[in-house]
Amino acid sequence: MSKPIVATTSLAGCFGCHMSVLDIDERILDLIELVEFHKSPIDDIKKFTKMCDIGLIEGGCCNSENIHVLKDFRKNCKILVSVGECAIMGGLPALRNGIPIQECLDEAYLNGPSVGRNKKHIMPNDDELPMILDRVYPCHEIVKIDYYLPGCPPSAELIWNALVALVTGDELKLPYEVVKFD
Amino acid sequence: MATSVQNIIEKYNKDKTRLMDILIDVQSERGYIPKATITQIANALDISHVDVEQTMSFYHFFSDKPTGKFAVYLNDSAVANMMGRQKVKETFENETGIKFGEVTPDGLIGLFDTACIGMNDQEPAALINGQVFTNLTPFRVKEIVRDIKAGRPLDDMFTAAYGDGENRNELIKSVVVNNIRKKGPILSEDYTPGIVIWKKLPQMSPEQVIEEIKKSNIRGRGGAGFPTGLKWEFCRKAKGEKKYIFCNADEGEPGTFKDRVILTERPKLLFEGMVIAGYAVGAQEGIVYVRHEYKYLQKYLENLLQGARDRNLLGKDIGGIKGFDFDIRIQFGAGAYVCGEESALIESAEGKRGEPRDRPPFPVEKGYLDMPTVVNNVETLCAAVKVLLNGGEWYRNFGTKDSTGTKLLSVSGDCKYPGVYEVEWGFTVNDILEMVGADEKQVQAVQVGGPSGSIISSAEFKRTVCFADLATGGSLIIIGQQRDILTDIVLNFTEFFIEESCGSCSTCRNITYLMKNKLEKILDARGVKKDIDDLVAWGKILKVSRCGLGQTAGNPILTSIKNFRHLYEEKIQKDKDFDSAFDMASAVKESCIAAGRIPTLN
Amino acid sequence: MSTLVKFKIDGVECMAETGTYIVEAARENGIYIPTLCNIRGVKPRGSCRICTVLVNGRPMTSCTTPITDGMEIENNIPEINDIRKAIVEVLFVEGNHFCPSCEKSGNCELQALGYRFKMMVPRFPYNFPVREIDASNPKIIKDHNRCILCKRCIRTIKTDEGKTVFAFKKRGLHLEINVDPEMGDKFTDDMAVNAAEICPVGAILLREKGYQIPIGKRKYDHVAIGSDVEKIKI
Repeated sequence: MSKPIVATTSLAGCFGCHMSVLDIDERILDLIELVEFHKSPIDDIKKFTKMCDIGLIEGGCCNSENIHVLKDFRKNCKILVSVGECAIMGGLPALRNGIPIQECLDEAYLNGPSVGRNKKHIMPNDDELPMILDRVYPCHEIVKIDYYLPGCPPSAELIWNALVALVTGDELKLPYEVVKFD
Repeated sequence: MATSVQNIIEKYNKDKTRLMDILIDVQSERGYIPKATITQIANALDISHVDVEQTMSFYHFFSDKPTGKFAVYLNDSAVANMMGRQKVKETFENETGIKFGEVTPDGLIGLFDTACIGMNDQEPAALINGQVFTNLTPFRVKEIVRDIKAGRPLDDMFTAAYGDGENRNELIKSVVVNNIRKKGPILSEDYTPGIVIWKKLPQMSPEQVIEEIKKSNIRGRGGAGFPTGLKWEFCRKAKGEKKYIFCNADEGEPGTFKDRVILTERPKLLFEGMVIAGYAVGAQEGIVYVRHEYKYLQKYLENLLQGARDRNLLGKDIGGIKGFDFDIRIQFGAGAYVCGEESALIESAEGKRGEPRDRPPFPVEKGYLDMPTVVNNVETLCAAVKVLLNGGEWYRNFGTKDSTGTKLLSVSGDCKYPGVYEVEWGFTVNDILEMVGADEKQVQAVQVGGPSGSIISSAEFKRTVCFADLATGGSLIIIGQQRDILTDIVLNFTEFFIEESCGSCSTCRNITYLMKNKLEKILDARGVKKDIDDLVAWGKILKVSRCGLGQTAGNPILTSIKNFRHLYEEKIQKDKDFDSAFDMASAVKESCIAAGRIPTLN
Repeated sequence: MSTLVKFKIDGVECMAETGTYIVEAARENGIYIPTLCNIRGVKPRGSCRICTVLVNGRPMTSCTTPITDGMEIENNIPEINDIRKAIVEVLFVEGNHFCPSCEKSGNCELQALGYRFKMMVPRFPYNFPVREIDASNPKIIKDHNRCILCKRCIRTIKTDEGKTVFAFKKRGLHLEINVDPEMGDKFTDDMAVNAAEICPVGAILLREKGYQIPIGKRKYDHVAIGSDVEKIKI
């Protein structure tokens, strides 16, 4: 039997969840034995060329590009997993939810302390840029998500346990210490 | 202003348990309750600023901002909408140039939505500075706004004749009509006020009174149906320096208005019932808690109480019974449906937020001011008079075995003869439809017992109105074929519950609006089958709420899914099992405007 | 005079003094019933509803219902546990609970219940309400984003003269905790410390303090909420 194929991405996230995958230490060698990575920052494959079994999503959706990528993952992965607080509830980027978008953009490009060199008061509006959403959306409020791994980041233990469970079909082990929201 | 507030505070003896009365008086005198006044009241009553604010901010009719010299509260209940409220509302907005929720810049007129004001048989209706205006039409609204602008006093604005019966009384002078369509023992004119107090009570011990009530098998008429005799007995046996009789006249269940008719036409019967209850349980004080919407009856009712005192039907040694002292006062609410729940009603009468209490202890053990208290519905107390007059045996001749006596029904909606019907328990819904002039073929549904009850389809019209089958506090709303049940009824009622939740329970405060959002998703054609399943599952969580409001807040959705599931299924998407209802165009709209770019949506 | 009565929780024979609230009676028998708004020794209010149990088949809050002889209580059953989990979830979506950046994380009772019930994601959509952070009080910060309206501060913190310091304001969805604006010096340091301690979440914080306990040493880092109760056996 061929190895299960895993794809990963980071939407509005900080790559901390991806770092946590690496925290499984030497078990990464086992992981390579267990699964094949496809589209992922880990192997730098940029495009889906085949159907994947598992998609790991880090980060929520703060712009139109995130939505496209997430929908693309939904289309190309049999199982989608929200990994980390940002994917599950928007996380820190969602602290802006509730602040009018105009105010956010003004602060970021016109009034903030670090925009001194934006002398012409340019608000980026090129068509190539993703459009900002009215708020940051948890992934499951955009597409159907099958599983959730909370944490900021989720512990390496939790990610490892989950992957093993998904691949082997065994029950996911959730000892008290692995499920945390921070 | 400070002096007038001071006078109000003095009028209530600086008693913090009378905070409701103080706030009501300030609100009606000033049109709002400014922050400085809150501080003044707090200081005078020796309580914290936040104590006053928590009561004040709880009630719909208190405001910290001016509500206009003429504050218009237009009923927003389902039936008002069925009867043409939308056009009336638009006319108010066009004529005044403001939206609902606003006050005209000159401070003359304020427009506000309000929950059912107990006029479902004469909708659309509004309260303007406490006066009731019924059967509103766009034409009538233009007249009213014109009159207000011309500076005419409110009393001169009525163009129709005053209503029937006591509505014409010098102390009421209201255009409200009673629409009494069927009389029985309670609404019967064959009643001599004081007859039980003079002729019966002196010959009976309190225990004998309770025995007679028990014999009648009468159960509480508010909807829950607790045996009245048992309640009185519990209270009689409870220990307490003082005991209280409360009459619950807070009928806030949308579609109910029978208590308004009793308060107008048979208030003496009610007061006599309270005296009897006072005698039975050993109470010295009775309080009628009347909803704010019926404040137009205040002078009339207070005058009657004075008359009763003058005739020794209240006061000391009532009915010549040595040592039997009892008096009644009227406590007004200020707009909170939840105060119809007995313990919330007691909290409110103590000057607090209308948050239901945890039970046990029950009010009969620890009620008003922590003393044993009986809370009875208006109708129950009235029936008690007739029970004592004619005997418990006689009362049992009416109705069914488990639901004895008669019930006052408030009938409204799509029928020829909306109004109040006093019927024996045991009528079927079909009987009632026939009685009120509703063509069964034209009836799509009947809302039994108001929003907290259930919406039933013709398949269930054979069912009987009684405690064992279709229990009801008396509200029946008839919904014709032309209505859209989900938007006109279910959504309106769900919004009502959201608005009226006290917010104390995490369940009622949250689940109801989450269910409403889900219902709207289905109405927007973005629903999937799982959304219906979720609604049913989430509705169950509400059942662990503290009070009846929370426990039944899901009923509009739950009972309509049960009895009209096809309406939901017609609206959901059959080809999908997931839809987040996310809409890219609306999600990026704001940021594209802010950045000055045209959204690229493909 | 005290009287011991017998009752059953999930079929287990228990004993306690009559009149003890169910939640306390259960605790004395080594059985944990989750609570959130309840504080031992303060008059209960039953507002979070998490401690709901079935008493002779009817849902009742165990923090407000006194035990009586022969009571049959159902506690650890799927039907009730699912409702409790739903309540934890609904409180998470009601406010803005950003655990990763919260000072109370690791010591938060709401979060701890999320752990206990293995909440991976709330079943309800997030509300993201717009709420204020009230920093007008010189001693505490009231972050309304995290408030779960449990009333603990309202019920516990009073002035020396017994006057109200915290109170509810408005109702329903608009309900919020109001801190008395006219307290002035009467708002003591002790009151501030007590308020911050009594708050089950990070809604009341002491000024200029925070993140004092390192990750790994916080209350619920290694042990589940309620595990202390479950260890007690008579």
